[in-house]
Amino acid sequence: MHNKSVAELARDLDSGQVSSVELTRAFLDRIKQEDGKYNSFITVTDEQALADAKAADEQRAAGKATPWTGVPFAHKDIFCTDGVRTTCGSKMLENFVPPYDATVTANFCQAGAVCLGKTNMDEFAMGSSNENSYFGAVTNPWGLASGNKRVPGGSSGGSAAAVAGRLVPAATATDTGGSIRQPAALCGVTGLKPTYGRVSRYGMIAFASSLDQGGTIARTAEDNALMLNVMAGYDRKDSTSIDREVPDYTATLNEPLKGLKIGLPKEYFSDQLSPAMEEQVRNAVKEYEKLGATVKEVSLPNAKLAIAAYYVIAPAEASANLSRFDGVRYGYRCDDPKDLMDLYTRSRAEGFGNEVKRRILVGTYALSAGYFDAYYLKAQKVRRLIQQDFINAFKDVDVLMSPTTPSPAFIQGEKTSDPVTMYLEDVFTIAINLAGIPAMSVPAGFVDGLPVGLQIIGDYFSEARLLNAAHQFQQVTDFHQREPQ
Amino acid sequence: MQWDIVIGLEIHVQLATKTKIFSGSSTAYGAEPNTQANAVDLAMPGTLPVPNEQAFRYAVMFGLAVNAEIERRSVFERKNYFYPDLPKGYQTTQLERPIVGPGYVDIDLSNGESKRVRIHHAHLEEDAGKSLHEDFHGMTGVDLNRAGTPLIEVVTEPDMTNADEAVAFAKKLHSIVTSLGICDGDMSQGSMRFDVNISLKPKGEDELGTRTETKNLNSFRFMEQAIAHEVERQMDILEDGGSIVQETRLYNGDRDESRSMRTKEEANDYRYFPCPDLLPVEIDDSFIDEARNSLPELPDARKARFMEQYGLNDYDANLLASDSKLAAFFEAAAERGKDAKLASNWVQGEFSARLNAEEKSVAESPISGEQLGDLVVRIADNTISSAGAKKVFEALWTGENDNVDAIIDSQGLKQVSDTGALEAMVDEVLADMPDQVAQYQNEEDPKKRKKMLGGFMGPLMKASKGQGNPKLFNEILVKKLGG
Amino acid sequence: MSISREDIGKVAVLARIRVDEEQVSALEKDLGNILDLVDQLGAADTDSVEPMAHPLNAVQKLRSDEVTETNERERFQAIAPATENGLYLVPRVIE
Repeated sequence: MHNKSVAELARDLDSGQVSSVELTRAFLDRIKQEDGKYNSFITVTDEQALADAKAADEQRAAGKATPWTGVPFAHKDIFCTDGVRTTCGSKMLENFVPPYDATVTANFCQAGAVCLGKTNMDEFAMGSSNENSYFGAVTNPWGLASGNKRVPGGSSGGSAAAVAGRLVPAATATDTGGSIRQPAALCGVTGLKPTYGRVSRYGMIAFASSLDQGGTIARTAEDNALMLNVMAGYDRKDSTSIDREVPDYTATLNEPLKGLKIGLPKEYFSDQLSPAMEEQVRNAVKEYEKLGATVKEVSLPNAKLAIAAYYVIAPAEASANLSRFDGVRYGYRCDDPKDLMDLYTRSRAEGFGNEVKRRILVGTYALSAGYFDAYYLKAQKVRRLIQQDFINAFKDVDVLMSPTTPSPAFIQGEKTSDPVTMYLEDVFTIAINLAGIPAMSVPAGFVDGLPVGLQIIGDYFSEARLLNAAHQFQQVTDFHQREPQ
Repeated sequence: MQWDIVIGLEIHVQLATKTKIFSGSSTAYGAEPNTQANAVDLAMPGTLPVPNEQAFRYAVMFGLAVNAEIERRSVFERKNYFYPDLPKGYQTTQLERPIVGPGYVDIDLSNGESKRVRIHHAHLEEDAGKSLHEDFHGMTGVDLNRAGTPLIEVVTEPDMTNADEAVAFAKKLHSIVTSLGICDGDMSQGSMRFDVNISLKPKGEDELGTRTETKNLNSFRFMEQAIAHEVERQMDILEDGGSIVQETRLYNGDRDESRSMRTKEEANDYRYFPCPDLLPVEIDDSFIDEARNSLPELPDARKARFMEQYGLNDYDANLLASDSKLAAFFEAAAERGKDAKLASNWVQGEFSARLNAEEKSVAESPISGEQLGDLVVRIADNTISSAGAKKVFEALWTGENDNVDAIIDSQGLKQVSDTGALEAMVDEVLADMPDQVAQYQNEEDPKKRKKMLGGFMGPLMKASKGQGNPKLFNEILVKKLGG
Repeated sequence: MSISREDIGKVAVLARIRVDEEQVSALEKDLGNILDLVDQLGAADTDSVEPMAHPLNAVQKLRSDEVTETNERERFQAIAPATENGLYLVPRVIE
């Protein structure tokens, strides 16, 4: 049962082959048995899940089922859940129980889905290895057999590992610089970062507001489509969400790919990429050619500046977004503050981990008097150049394809000594966030027994086309079905 | 040494919207602490701002009223600093593209001249909460009900040269925003707060001196005192050869003292940057036209109309026109009373004095303009004397009775204007006072004669039990005494 | 570009994060490396480029002025570190 997709489970529920309560129990048991190895959950909500499952079964019996009614899944612990602890991977929010739901959370509740718990993540979504969680690192289900514990990627490492480990069929995630696609690639699952503004950010704890976007992780493209159907849409509580019709993303999954124009950005097939990785990605592109697509090389001349621009803009926004964690109204407060300054500086020094503090300090520096123009304004200008590169590319092609990451999952602790080495993990994903366009990572092969992700990048609001391209690929390949040993 | 004083003002005007600028929480004043602070106002994780259209409408109305350009695409910035009354750790405000661009306001000076004060810009922003420093075991309590209340901050050019001008401008601004109905104008509740920038320079010098900013003055009187205080402080320093430190100061009106607000930590660095949670706000022609069409009559126009329509002089018209509620009260009294001059005198005299004495606003007045108009009618038609009118006013005010004629009847205030009866009384009194009559008739100086005439009035009023029409008595007396 | 120890101290105060003396050296190295990475921006020719604050060229929607919130003080203050009489408590603020 745990190998089944959301779509398959929904069919089983529909046919009465299994009840939601049975399904929920089975997955909860599996989490109990298996998650000791992965640490992919911060909080498991057994009781609530079983109650929700019971309610879902009743809904279904009453003939009021949606495609999600009674299907188990998990939320990244960045989405606020009314009455359920929401930590964002931080000591700062270790005991934070929000009295409100994120819009994404509310949407899944509305659809009748059964949330089993909250998945682990890098603290405040800052990281590419899930080693920055206050609740411990997450271990990638892949590569364990070799005796090495590998990272699942980050920051949505808990969601990706939970899906790869068959603890849930699907999990929500967020992506600010690659935080859905990179862990999806490293864990051999399928992930989608939608267009900026497609999914409401209300109640999704902010890292960098102009880059953050909620999205999906599941094993199949079809399940990603089912998730996006629930998540996408304008929200009056989020001024930056876009008021634009939401298509049924499952409706176009089976469109043929004949004539699809694929662009390969030459900057993303550079010497940063190992030959073995490149081979897998090129093989995947060949599959698309077999499906009738045409391929040409394109250029994103400013892509090389993406990491630099990102590491100004994201920390600058984060430095302000994280000011609210001050020990006054909620969250961690230091013991016996001697004055107001002490309350602030100690609560924040003790409540935040090192990477979060580094980014707040960098962001504060970049915005401070005398540096604003050279850093922040300059980065915003470079951001426009990067966006323009994509706009130009999409004049010629329908989608871009590239590797998602430069290398497969690395061993825990390998890149923790220098933050910049870790930042380079996102070299192929980060420009997409700056431009605000959608992109997916799709399992596309293996190197040394570790999964390789193919990144498919689309123009604004082309999620349906990306899902279609991924789904068609998954009809002719089985990388997404392989199970870690 | 002679000095020029240079004053610029920053005025925070709380907008009279029902809800906050970025959330649907009520802005009503006086609620229990933190009962009007929702998830957005408390900066709960993941919450986001959604701007209130009415705040923009009010800001645009203000811009139109001060002859300013309206920014068609205005942007919000974050101003970063930590303070317990600022939940997000930044204030959402406008820096680069404020909603209201350059404009101006003309003020009337006491010498009868008019002066133009330029407005640099006005921007929309959110108010902070309140810190209560009463002792909670040595702690400060924070109430966030006010956090997120919409403000416009109006920033003037340094065009004022003394406290009188600054106060005149502040009063004019108060008059404009209350006339527009975009602010309740209640200074005791902090609805308008003034920051005063002051610098001195040697007389005639072009270059401006170093300025200080005195913050958070919440009455015209404190503002006047604070300016006098700060000018004197700077003058003392400069004349002793010292130099002024650019700083923010706090003025204590009760003690007439001020002190620097600088803290030991650091010079502030607010790290402004565009708020990524909000998009640019586009104001189109139809929005502006709608706002323009909804503009009520403004004080300057009203003053001109009062002079034209009611024949008031400049001083009276200005005074009555500057406060929209007072103006409405006056108009009701004048329309009903059919004598604008008399209505004006009563509104500015007895009525205003009584409001002041009881620290009431026009809105809190127990009597209506129409009632005062009824009173004016009875004064004008000589039914009652001015002494009687004061008694009627008193009865109206205390609520003893709300009908002017009923009060006149019940208190017997009707003047006797029957000439025959009055003449008989005059004859009687003159007969009783032969010496004074002789004295009067022997006096040549008309001024002294006029004064002596008053000597007969007391006995006459007594004889008529206070109900004789003094004007008629006077006429009869003059006639009987032979000029 | 490197960042001085003095700058680290200033930025830490602005960000209200206590940085102990023994942490400064590590931060000097890490932040210096990050700023070196960021300095690549200098190479870009951005003379006539408009800064980009938002990925989408959209315009703000405005909300009508209607009260939608009710008093939820108890729920919110149940998760607060210190409250009394409905107020959030902080160490005494000297104005």
